[in-house]
Amino acid sequence: MNIVVCIKQVPDAESVKWDRKTGTLIRDGVKSVINPFDYHAIEAALTLKDKLGGKVTAVTMGPPQAQDAIREAMSMGVDEGVVVSDRAFAGADTLATTYTLSKAIRKLGDVDAVFCGKQAIDGDTAQVGPGLAVRLGLPCVTYASHMEILHGGKGLRIRRMSESGFDVVEVEFPVVVTVLSSLNVPRVPSLKGKMRAKKADIPLWSAADIEASPEKIGLSGSPTKVYSTFIPTFEAKREFIEGEPEEQAGALVERLKEAGII
Amino acid sequence: MLKVDIEKCIGCGECEEVCSFGAISVVDENAKVDPDLCSLCGTCVDTCPEGALEMESEGQGKGKLDLSAWKGVWVVAEVRGNDFAPVTLELLGKARELADTLSVPVTAVLIGSGVREGGRNLIARGADRVIVADHPELSSFVDEAYAKIVAHLARKERPEIILAGATAMGRAFIPQVATMLETGLTADCTGLEIEEGGRNLLQTRPAFGGNLMATIICDDHRPQMATVRPHVLKALEPDESRYGEIVDFEPSPGLLEHRVKVVESVVEESEGPGLTDAEIVVTAGRGLEQKENLHLVERLAHCLDAGIGATRAITDAGWISGNHQIGQTGVTVSPKLYIACGVSGAIQHLVGMQGSDIIVAINKDKDAPIFDVATYAVVGDVKEVLPELIKKVCEERGIEYV
Repeated sequence: MNIVVCIKQVPDAESVKWDRKTGTLIRDGVKSVINPFDYHAIEAALTLKDKLGGKVTAVTMGPPQAQDAIREAMSMGVDEGVVVSDRAFAGADTLATTYTLSKAIRKLGDVDAVFCGKQAIDGDTAQVGPGLAVRLGLPCVTYASHMEILHGGKGLRIRRMSESGFDVVEVEFPVVVTVLSSLNVPRVPSLKGKMRAKKADIPLWSAADIEASPEKIGLSGSPTKVYSTFIPTFEAKREFIEGEPEEQAGALVERLKEAGII
Repeated sequence: MLKVDIEKCIGCGECEEVCSFGAISVVDENAKVDPDLCSLCGTCVDTCPEGALEMESEGQGKGKLDLSAWKGVWVVAEVRGNDFAPVTLELLGKARELADTLSVPVTAVLIGSGVREGGRNLIARGADRVIVADHPELSSFVDEAYAKIVAHLARKERPEIILAGATAMGRAFIPQVATMLETGLTADCTGLEIEEGGRNLLQTRPAFGGNLMATIICDDHRPQMATVRPHVLKALEPDESRYGEIVDFEPSPGLLEHRVKVVESVVEESEGPGLTDAEIVVTAGRGLEQKENLHLVERLAHCLDAGIGATRAITDAGWISGNHQIGQTGVTVSPKLYIACGVSGAIQHLVGMQGSDIIVAINKDKDAPIFDVATYAVVGDVKEVLPELIKKVCEERGIEYV
């Protein structure tokens, strides 16, 4: 099995502070971490390898520092990793990102399975997994919450979640799967894994390395652009209800009765 | 668009073999491409030993596209059980407004099996025309076929805007459509309008966990595509007298082909009203302090026949399952009445409930951000106020208070 897991380095949600007056991100001391959903994608890839054998390669697009994310994935048991990194990739929207990732994955050779997290917590789009599947000409299963290997190891049976319940779907390899955090519990890095990751040589692939067309990457390959940004404001129209808890409850129920709600 | 250079092509058939979509066939010693079946994946381009295949952008990009050739606003309908997902009707209301600004019709695309009847309903909610792809193969959500059908129709009819719900289904197959059409797609929008004096769609969505709103445009590609969060837009009241046209579309076998087989569909029944459909939502926040106090929220919700919401802190702590989480990474609600119990009001939470008609906030800290969006601000300990409130509501509704 040739298994690929796509990961993204994102600002740590815990440490991000936001200046609501100026609308700017306070970047001081913000750590970069692997997108939380991607740990579950890594675990899914490793589980598949444990059962069917083969190799797991982690792929990420980002600055050279994204090597840290690959090292962390390798410490969990991922065999190899690559950072697709080039100034020309900057400003990529999801269309340009799926193109870039698909070119990198093609360079890795024929793949049997590609795992992605459901979405990245910085962009929240959930568009890269399904878009990547189209770029690679593969079927896609989104929102996986349960996964087992089909008899004979030919494919996967997956529980695909939706608002009203779930579908049980079956698909043969090769396939792209996007995973929910309920799918599994990511394993803890081993000491051996950490040592290996520390020493590993993690290649940086440029746009030329993956033979990407300049007009399809970065800003020029991105149909969507930011037109403007603004800080959300909320209208303060509140009425304070004072008094002891009993009085407050009484006054509140009166207001809601007047409004015809209770 | 995949182009074949006939000068270079030797008709070896390697592309035909490698194509997963059956889109290429060798005819008279030349590769021929069926654009409807081609997903533009480019596998053949890399395989061709002669370099005879080339992926040409579909005339997209700056100055390359005749924007005026793309007209009309589309809504991709989502069927859920025997009904439509509420977001479909909400989108039709918005599509109507956008289409009237642009002086173009609204078209709904309806895909499924035995769904044709529902087309009337879409017209009553604002569509001028409904394209129906009704086929037994489409009875469950086979995303690949759904995506190919929408992409095929869009190539043929050239709408300027395509909208869909940011639901599990919409987020699964609409990105596939956008990739097939090589155009832009903005996820999870909360606001849509037409740029003044032009035809560009201004697509507003929360960024950085809702701390910032970003307005996105797709000015030199068509169609302009967006998925929209459920429960942020308002549906139009149904008008049965509205006139509209229902057009049947018979998908070709190639469009119906799909590789993910749905072997079972399970509808999970939840107790009480669903969170997003409830007219009243009572939400638990960290101010409850202990899991034992969660019953106060459950009890009030029960008395009011309300849905139960929770902040991320509460679901992360495992007091209640994650599908009760309201906010940026949970669900968005806009009930008639929202009661926030011990919720501080982090921006990530506010973006998920600020559209509620009446917001009651109960919190000890009078400076809590939740009071910025509140209609009625009750400054007090939620553990003391809730029992009193439950008592009063019970009296009012004639429920025995124990």
